[in-house]
Amino acid sequence: MNLDAKIPEGPLAQKWASHKFNMKLVNPSNRRKYSVIVVGSGLAGGAAAASLAEQGYNVSCFCYQDSPRRAHSIAAQGGINASKNYQNDGDSVHRLFYDTVKGGDYRAREANVYRLAEVSSDIIDQCVANGVPFAREYGGLLANRSFGGAQVSRTFYARGQTGQQLLLGAYSALSRQIGLGKVKMYNRHEMLDLVKVDGHAKGIIVRNMVTGEVTSHAADCVVIATGGYGNVFFLSTNAQGCNVTAAYRAHKQGAGFANPCYTQIHPTCIPVHGDKQSKLTLMSESLRNDGRIWAPKLAEDALKIRNGVLDPNSLSDDNRDYFLERKYPSFGNLAPRDISSRAAKEACDEGRGVASTGLGVFLDFRDAIQREGKKAIEERYGNLFDMYQCITGDNPYVTPMMIFPAVHYTMGGLWVDYNLESTIPGMFVGGEANFSDHGANRLGASALMQGLSDGYFVLPYTVGNYLGEQGVHSAGKVTNEHQAFAEAENRVKARIDKLQSINGSESPRSFHKRLGNIIWEYCGMARSEEGLTTAIEKIKELRKDFWSNLRVVGEAGNINPELERAGRVADFIEFGELMCRDALMREESCGGHFRIEHQTEEGEALRDDENFTFTGVWEYMGDDIDPRLHKEELIYENVKLATRSYK
Amino acid sequence: MNFTLRVWRQKDSVSRGELVEYKIQDVSEDSSFLEMLDILSENLVEDGKMPMAFDYDCREGICGMCSLTIDGIPHGPESGTTACQLHMRHFKDGQTITIEPWRAKPFPVVKDLIVDRSPLDKIIQSGGFITTRAGSATDANTHLIDKGTADYAMDAAACIGCGACVAACPNASAMLFTSAKVAHMNSLPQGKPEKHRRALAMVSTMDGEGFGGCTNIGECEAACPKNISLDVIAHLNRDYAIAQVKNFFKPSA
Repeated sequence: MNLDAKIPEGPLAQKWASHKFNMKLVNPSNRRKYSVIVVGSGLAGGAAAASLAEQGYNVSCFCYQDSPRRAHSIAAQGGINASKNYQNDGDSVHRLFYDTVKGGDYRAREANVYRLAEVSSDIIDQCVANGVPFAREYGGLLANRSFGGAQVSRTFYARGQTGQQLLLGAYSALSRQIGLGKVKMYNRHEMLDLVKVDGHAKGIIVRNMVTGEVTSHAADCVVIATGGYGNVFFLSTNAQGCNVTAAYRAHKQGAGFANPCYTQIHPTCIPVHGDKQSKLTLMSESLRNDGRIWAPKLAEDALKIRNGVLDPNSLSDDNRDYFLERKYPSFGNLAPRDISSRAAKEACDEGRGVASTGLGVFLDFRDAIQREGKKAIEERYGNLFDMYQCITGDNPYVTPMMIFPAVHYTMGGLWVDYNLESTIPGMFVGGEANFSDHGANRLGASALMQGLSDGYFVLPYTVGNYLGEQGVHSAGKVTNEHQAFAEAENRVKARIDKLQSINGSESPRSFHKRLGNIIWEYCGMARSEEGLTTAIEKIKELRKDFWSNLRVVGEAGNINPELERAGRVADFIEFGELMCRDALMREESCGGHFRIEHQTEEGEALRDDENFTFTGVWEYMGDDIDPRLHKEELIYENVKLATRSYK
Repeated sequence: MNFTLRVWRQKDSVSRGELVEYKIQDVSEDSSFLEMLDILSENLVEDGKMPMAFDYDCREGICGMCSLTIDGIPHGPESGTTACQLHMRHFKDGQTITIEPWRAKPFPVVKDLIVDRSPLDKIIQSGGFITTRAGSATDANTHLIDKGTADYAMDAAACIGCGACVAACPNASAMLFTSAKVAHMNSLPQGKPEKHRRALAMVSTMDGEGFGGCTNIGECEAACPKNISLDVIAHLNRDYAIAQVKNFFKPSA
């Protein structure tokens, strides 16, 4: 597997500019001869599809929802970072770059992160131009806030719905191109395989989720922007439909999968209430600015609170453990996501958890309300408190809010080079689906930035460069009449038949839950060699069980949510095993990956820069053959590796 | 909690549908409405029966995919709430609940509780955008936008495109949906150059897709999970009237 990152020569700050100059251009009148497939319509996919169409390429865009406007980018709340330095507080491209590399615990590729910081300003300009109603000051200038522990105010936001507004911006640009006939939109279509011709990605196989029809689509190249794999945990803050299938099928066709073990667990989510729950809800991190996080000091008090015998308000401060303030006095309740999440888990592991399941800690606004008055708190967090009350039925002004960490984002993804091209030539990957920019941990308000950077400002150049290199004589040469499409279609159909013919007794959802339990238990916030080895065994058993005892009701030629879920769960099971293997291989703790064998005496993450400053990229070798690990060494020329400390 | 559910079942767009009754037991009051339907689906699967098809995705009230008429009200009885954010504690134990798809002619039923809302996308495609290309934008602070205008645009832009307004309207009008987009874009300086084109094109598409006319009944506002105000309709009517007049004198505008 060739892991040449193709990082351009020259000083860091000039790499992107000189690379853009060196790229092949396609004559505007030739662009209409090429076609591009974009899978996914979120920030990365939607923006890429719109921008490529604006340039004159013929684009086909696919999404599984009933409209491209529903992609899960829409659910992001907090904001989007950009190094505009509108606040005159010392921000710069270099500072955003540095913060992102450090926040990622020195496991991201310098050149990519620098480019991300560089185009961040253009993203804000672009979004304002297409009508995103960002928050404004009274004087009419754009407002900013600081976010996720950053020391500068560089986050742009649109109330608590920044993701929605950015996505609708990209959607409106995409809609314009659909209206102009430059983008053909395929809603309710699910990508089930990638098609290669002579080693290059030339198309995809999709299933029409309404008619069940399986069809082939050919193009001159393929862009995958299908989001992250957080739903491998069953419960996550992802949308129900988010899945790894497109990425995993591409992986099976030869695309390297990088760092699957890097997952982000967000500390402030509403705790699980029972085994029938379908998803977890994120509460904005901003709550930690005023709320104090605690658990009872004694397990017996926690038990009494769980059983409803003890009112948490009546527990004196002496019997409360404000564990983040105790362990990290200088950052306190604002400690980074990975660290806060682990601390909450520890408290619960010690039997000091609250909520009905014992998996929760308090986020208490009592002191803030006493200090500043209920009105001030209501102004700041009113909508979040309402949302909490709507979901839990508790009034957080009176009863302390309960929170627990939940899976929120996945930093790992398909390996890409500087051009966002995977190890399969002609297959590009954007947004959360690729691994490129966040290293082992993503900072708040950086996901939206990366999705739009890839979609608006990187892929439109690098895809054009690839097409230019292939030459205009190649444009449109491969059609879906090619033998490779028929073979792939047969592969997909055979798999659907297989899923339906097992006729066992267990539902796809039930298998998904079982998988989620294994992953959460052994590959969640704290991982160990023993746990991961067990997990791999258990997942293998689960996989066997799945293929012998699955039950898919209904037929394939119609809307069939059971069949859709079965296909996705089948991929999640195989992928879950890969994730555990990656976590087992990475004998260090970094960012969202915490191995209990590798911690300091105080229980902090211990990186091993000497042996693990690399991206772990897995090559698929066959159904029952262990995957092969490849390494992309990470070279830091501009940032000095240091230990993250939040004490 | 226990419930009797009367659920619309319809095999496909051409078959006849009917309400089918199901009993469901031991539902947690903390379950959301859709989780309650998940449980029903699992029960049906266990009996080897086809579970209901219904649309959902984010389950946090923002994607706009869920689309259930609950006891005759789009998204159910709680105001400002999507069906996915509606929790069972708002219902009475033992209650009978009727669940239907959106009922509106432009939204044909695809299967069970799923309807085809693509006409809403077509309205946006005809004018719900500000023409700009990636790379062509000026600095974001070039246009100063007073906070009042920005807030007004944001209120309108909060629309999630679920179509509850259409389902609630006795005329199946898409005026609230269309107006929200027009009000959002026409109020911003970036959207001004295409203000009139936008109003004319979107209304024309809306009419062409078979949505009814607006008679200011206000059911749309009451059903809207994002509390979008009827004021946006006045905004569209104003811009549309001016655009019509300008168009009359200068047909090429």
